[in-house]
Amino acid sequence: MGTQLRFMPEQASTIAADVDHLLYFFLAVSIFFTLLIFGAIFYFAIRYRRRSPNELPAAEHTGLALEIVWSVIPFGLTMIMFGWGASIFFKESRPPDNAMQIYVVGKQWMWKLQHMEGQREINELHIPINRPVRLTMTSEDVIHSFFVPDFRTKQDVVPGRYTTTWFEATKPGKYHLFCAEYCGTKHSGMIGWVYAMEPQDYAEWLAGGPTGSMADAGARLFDDLACGNCHKTDTNGRCPNLVGVFGSTVRLAGGGTVRADEAYIRESILDPDAKVVEGYQPLMPTFQGQITEEGVVQLIEYIKSLSPKPGTLIQQNGPLVPSSEPAAAGASPGQLPSGNQ
Amino acid sequence: MATAAITAERETYLNSAYGLKSWLLTKDHKRIAVLYFITISIFFAIGGTFAGLIRLELLTPEGDLVSSETYNKLFTMHGVIMVFFFLIPSIPATLGNFFLPMMIGARDLAFPRINLLSWYLLIAGGAFAIFAMVAGGVDTGWTFYTPYSTSYSTTYVIATALGIFIAGFSSILTGLNFVVTVHRMRAPGMTWFRLPLFVWSHYATSLIQVLGTPVIAVTLFLVLCERLFHLGIFDPALGGDPVLFQHLFWFYSHPAVYIMVLPGMAVISEIVSTFSRKPVYGYAFVAFSSMAIAVIGFLVWGHHLFVSGQSLYAGLVFSFLSYFVAIPSAVKVFNWTATLYRGSISYDTPMLYAFGFIGLFTIGGLTGLFVASLGMDVHVTDTYFVIAHFHYVMVGGTIMAYLGGVHYWWPKMTGRMYPEGFAKLSALVIFIGFNLTFFPQFILGYLGMPRRYHEYSQEFQLLHVLSSAGASVLAVGYIMPAIYFLWSLRYGPVAGANPWGASGLEWRTPSPPPTHNFDRIPVVTFDAYDYSTVIPTEVNDVGH
Repeated sequence: MGTQLRFMPEQASTIAADVDHLLYFFLAVSIFFTLLIFGAIFYFAIRYRRRSPNELPAAEHTGLALEIVWSVIPFGLTMIMFGWGASIFFKESRPPDNAMQIYVVGKQWMWKLQHMEGQREINELHIPINRPVRLTMTSEDVIHSFFVPDFRTKQDVVPGRYTTTWFEATKPGKYHLFCAEYCGTKHSGMIGWVYAMEPQDYAEWLAGGPTGSMADAGARLFDDLACGNCHKTDTNGRCPNLVGVFGSTVRLAGGGTVRADEAYIRESILDPDAKVVEGYQPLMPTFQGQITEEGVVQLIEYIKSLSPKPGTLIQQNGPLVPSSEPAAAGASPGQLPSGNQ
Repeated sequence: MATAAITAERETYLNSAYGLKSWLLTKDHKRIAVLYFITISIFFAIGGTFAGLIRLELLTPEGDLVSSETYNKLFTMHGVIMVFFFLIPSIPATLGNFFLPMMIGARDLAFPRINLLSWYLLIAGGAFAIFAMVAGGVDTGWTFYTPYSTSYSTTYVIATALGIFIAGFSSILTGLNFVVTVHRMRAPGMTWFRLPLFVWSHYATSLIQVLGTPVIAVTLFLVLCERLFHLGIFDPALGGDPVLFQHLFWFYSHPAVYIMVLPGMAVISEIVSTFSRKPVYGYAFVAFSSMAIAVIGFLVWGHHLFVSGQSLYAGLVFSFLSYFVAIPSAVKVFNWTATLYRGSISYDTPMLYAFGFIGLFTIGGLTGLFVASLGMDVHVTDTYFVIAHFHYVMVGGTIMAYLGGVHYWWPKMTGRMYPEGFAKLSALVIFIGFNLTFFPQFILGYLGMPRRYHEYSQEFQLLHVLSSAGASVLAVGYIMPAIYFLWSLRYGPVAGANPWGASGLEWRTPSPPPTHNFDRIPVVTFDAYDYSTVIPTEVNDVGH
């Protein structure tokens, strides 16, 4: 049996108090109208109870003014609800530029997380407090949803595309991570914990990790898949030079342009013919089925690292970068260590 | 004995013919309504049993009563049965079928054979759904989200989807029948603004049924195509888009909420007026609010997709539009409340259910404002908060109205009164049981308890136990009417033509009505809810 009756979840992120304040506004409006309606019904039902079987009250004429008043006042209140909720949503939808990046892959029925520095976790996420964390998420199979109630954060995790969300934890602690979108038999087992840590504890935790950075893993994968045979780092390759591509605007064969973001790079790996760069032939084979979603995000991080303007935060946050020692054995590129599968 | 007395006196729709065939091949809208009534009562019992098992499982955090596979099938089948085979047909196919023609002074619906076909389609669809359950069940959730439903679930998705597909045609044809009937079959003098609000609300409902239901049919057909033939429509592995499914599904399924609740509002307007002996306050506003709900209801589906990866701006537009649909609902609640003012209010059972409806629908509607707000919905969507919200609307709203309506028209349909004391008790038990079941779920949801969880963290247990306790009270409240209604068929006091002093045309013909409803087609010379035409005394102004 639960130990105590709680009414509110913990406020453990910068957004949590905002959402709770909006809740209090909703509750105040709701309690007011509920009491108004219940009170009026009780009062009228008693005051105007039938006193003789054949009594016949006079009909009332509809008061237009009254109809307008009780349409317009609720409408005004709902517009406050709309605007207030939208402003919180805007905040939730736009990660700050200095957010640290973490990749999330959902699959039946586990959460797989990768830190830029190379740490990988399953059903656990360690993060520092007081620092915005941006999640880029995808699914290997069905739709999942990344839900941390104490952060008031929820975002569906959809196969075939990236979705993002962000949060900034404010209190060290251990918080529930739930899958909130029904995903099959063990849906209720697709749960875990978010550990929000003091920055120095987080740095220690990171340093205890065994591997090189995600970009390093991506570089190895790039070699293993022999991508460099065509994507050379000069202009002689049969395929586009990837240096500086990330974040740029790419001209496409047949007209049009596309911004080279995570989604475009993912698509170009898994469905290369979808958007061919101007001046190149559609020669590239698809890597669908040969590479996991975790491998794809490692490749993306590698390609990001080739951009002169860093798309990642590794360089911006010196103290947190593990020494660039050669990758330890263990995880082969694009795959989890066996035993974790 | 009383039965003999009635039958000896005159022919009614009940005694005009006997034998199974006379029922299964009937074209009488009243008999078809009775067929529906029996059918959906069975579906309600099945769906309610699933709900009971769900609540029993959730007494403890561990999944100890049933396996995860079974639990997932239970909540899926509970949703499928309750939504598609109980709530959607509930009020329109029973009370609407029976009373819409009578209220407008017609002898039947416009297309009696199509009406019977509609019932057979529901039975056929239901047979597929029942087959799916007996064969092994389905575990996709009633929402059939892709790609789980198309590529991952190994359960009876095809049979279930086919069942809903077929039952959809029942809903479309009923809607079509009502629309044509209201346009073409009104008695002389029954102008549009003399229609009871029951008819207006059913008219609005019918428009949604006709326009919306084909979309769910197409959507489920696409699910079948992907599942059977691997056409890439929704599964990204096949080149499809899983979020597209959600758009299509909710394009129907949000308006379907209004298919379920507008007929409830239809019933409440009748009951509140009859038991206050006053016209519904703001008749035109209540009538047009039904139409506004029907129209605006088609423009808000994207509020189910705030965290789906839909664009930020789509989210903004859908949140904004969702608030527009709240206003007509609020207008109705205010007008019903104002109808009581200076009325002559009696506390007969239907009125108690109407009070219950207004109270619970108010809470359901107000919490709808929470989930329409982007910043709030991100936290509460897919949690028990949403479950509580839509049960307040569907169960607290529609089922309260349905039961209120069944009590209200029971004497007309059967010629018998139910036992008033037990009926009042049942209304009270249901109200208390309902709130005890679902109010704790608002708190559970805000605390973060996700939907569709077989096992849960133990901090949620106390609230789950409260909810399960409430469900057992609610079950008692639902079983009571089943017993005393059956009892009253034989032993209930004989009802007169108009036991409530109601003003609708259905009360101006004997109970139970003759096969052709009226001995002579009425000529309507008065507005709806003109009680001076039925109450025998002088005007007695109680307000002063």
